[in-house]
Amino acid sequence: MSGAAISAENLVKWFGEGEARTVAVRDASFAAEYGEILYIVGPSGSGKTTLLSMVSGILKPNGGSVIVEGEDIWGMSEDRIAQIRLNKIGFVFQDYHLFPRLTTAENVAVPLILKKMNWNQALNVALEYLDIVGLKERAQLPPYKLSGGEQQRVAIARAIAGQPDILIFDEPTASLDGDTGRKIIEFVKAKILNEKRCIIIVTHDSRIYEYADTIMKMEDGKIIGFEKNHAYEK
Amino acid sequence: MPGILKIALKLLINDRSKFTALLVGITFAVFLMVMMTSMFSGILTRSSSSVYNIGAKIWVMDPAVNNATSSIPMPDYVLSAARSIKGVRYAVPLYFGTAQVKLKDGSYQAATVVGLDDATLYGRPELLEGNINDIYAENAFIVVKDAEYDKLGKPAVGSEFEINDHRGAVVGLAKVASSGLFGIPTIYTTYSRAITYIPSTRFTTSYILIEPGSESDIPVIQQQIGKLGYQALTRDQFVGKISDFYTFKTGMGMNILLMTTISFVVGLSISGQTFYTFILENLEKFGALKAIGAKSNELIAMILFQASFTSLIGYGLGVGAASTFMILARLRMPDYAAQITFVILGFALLMVLVIASVSSYIGVRKVLQIQPFDIFRG
Repeated sequence: MSGAAISAENLVKWFGEGEARTVAVRDASFAAEYGEILYIVGPSGSGKTTLLSMVSGILKPNGGSVIVEGEDIWGMSEDRIAQIRLNKIGFVFQDYHLFPRLTTAENVAVPLILKKMNWNQALNVALEYLDIVGLKERAQLPPYKLSGGEQQRVAIARAIAGQPDILIFDEPTASLDGDTGRKIIEFVKAKILNEKRCIIIVTHDSRIYEYADTIMKMEDGKIIGFEKNHAYEK
Repeated sequence: MPGILKIALKLLINDRSKFTALLVGITFAVFLMVMMTSMFSGILTRSSSSVYNIGAKIWVMDPAVNNATSSIPMPDYVLSAARSIKGVRYAVPLYFGTAQVKLKDGSYQAATVVGLDDATLYGRPELLEGNINDIYAENAFIVVKDAEYDKLGKPAVGSEFEINDHRGAVVGLAKVASSGLFGIPTIYTTYSRAITYIPSTRFTTSYILIEPGSESDIPVIQQQIGKLGYQALTRDQFVGKISDFYTFKTGMGMNILLMTTISFVVGLSISGQTFYTFILENLEKFGALKAIGAKSNELIAMILFQASFTSLIGYGLGVGAASTFMILARLRMPDYAAQITFVILGFALLMVLVIASVSSYIGVRKVLQIQPFDIFRG
């Protein structure tokens, strides 16, 4: 598969009104291709997370569009957008947001259960994905008994369990030490990325820039440039 | 069970401390509400026990009578007039009073004395021992074998006591549907013996019991009795009048209502607060679910399910605790006046559903307000 998995055109977002209005993202346009890892980088407050939220269908922009499979998701109903998120997009949150009262396997099964898959079947599929991230033997443990890196891998297994086309990572290495962070991204690149999937990562951890296919730099709410492969200036 | 509800259930019950606190709050509230209303129900039923036990369809009385034990004697002509009303199949007098019974050991015990019409014995109790015709024997009395029976020294058939310096002989033991409210034993005799043995006022008829020809005759009978300056009430109307008296004119109803309201508020506060804390602690998780793709109605279903599940378990435990308490209380106090009725169970369920609804409302509002974007922002 080739072409854009998701594209944004002229996205604008501001918060507040009148004199208190703050523009977080201005006129942002980009496309993420199947089979690539796109990094969104920039200093704190540059609008990375706001942009990511708009393209992933969880924050409505004030202007512009987000195209998934030829359709602007922001022209859809709230329930339809939720369905797009469930079927097309997988999230790995910065703090993982795993459910401490569920087992690791049940956590991974959550998107499948939301897709109305039978409970036992969902758990079996979850075990397969836990196997992919190397945590099958930890399936019955609650997430708080796992290390930070393991929790990150559980979050990845949950994100890919629904077989989404687009994976969104928000600061995936922020809570991890350098080695673990690098291992996680190496693992993602080797095992999770494929030609039917694109991965968008918001980060300002320069130690992992080398794993990007494209790096998109933001500053003051604007996209100020794109760099391919390892050519990005650290 | 749909998977989303199973997730909700696991999130709830695996948080053991919160779940326990929720259950304790609701169970305690239900226990108190059921206990209060059951005691009141028991009191009301006991207060009308004579009306149920005697079982007449129509009771004629002075309009000033507000409960069965405080009858106002009526002149004899009322009985004659009642018998002459068209639609009255028969009408009989009833004596209803209280007397001091002197027991064999020399002690005194107050007792309710019911004097049945000599000719018909209308309203007689079901006998456990003895023969009903023995009630016509000299000094004959039938003792009701209920929770108060022991207070008369457990008299057997053939035993004797004194009542106003008259000899009384026990010729039978009877059972009735319900014991009285004031914890005193009941003895039955004939109307003529009752008015002879027990000091009475100028008039002697406490109530006139009427059997109507048919249901359609009742309004006419009531109208005709009304013209005499007296009141004819059906059994249900009389029970209603007695209940109104105890509910509104004794302060008992208001006290019970206050206690029930306090129980409800306590339950609502504990469970509402705990559920709110539970939702707050899980708010980010609900936000994450929303981001992953859960629809708002699925999140609402989860919260409603959690609140309903906890409430219904708490309801069951509360009703169970109240029932157990009543059973244990009856072992120590046989005349303990409390009864759980379907109305009480329905009322408690309704109150629990209100608690669940309020708790859910608070939770749903919070969860619908959380935006997945807040999860990204951290």
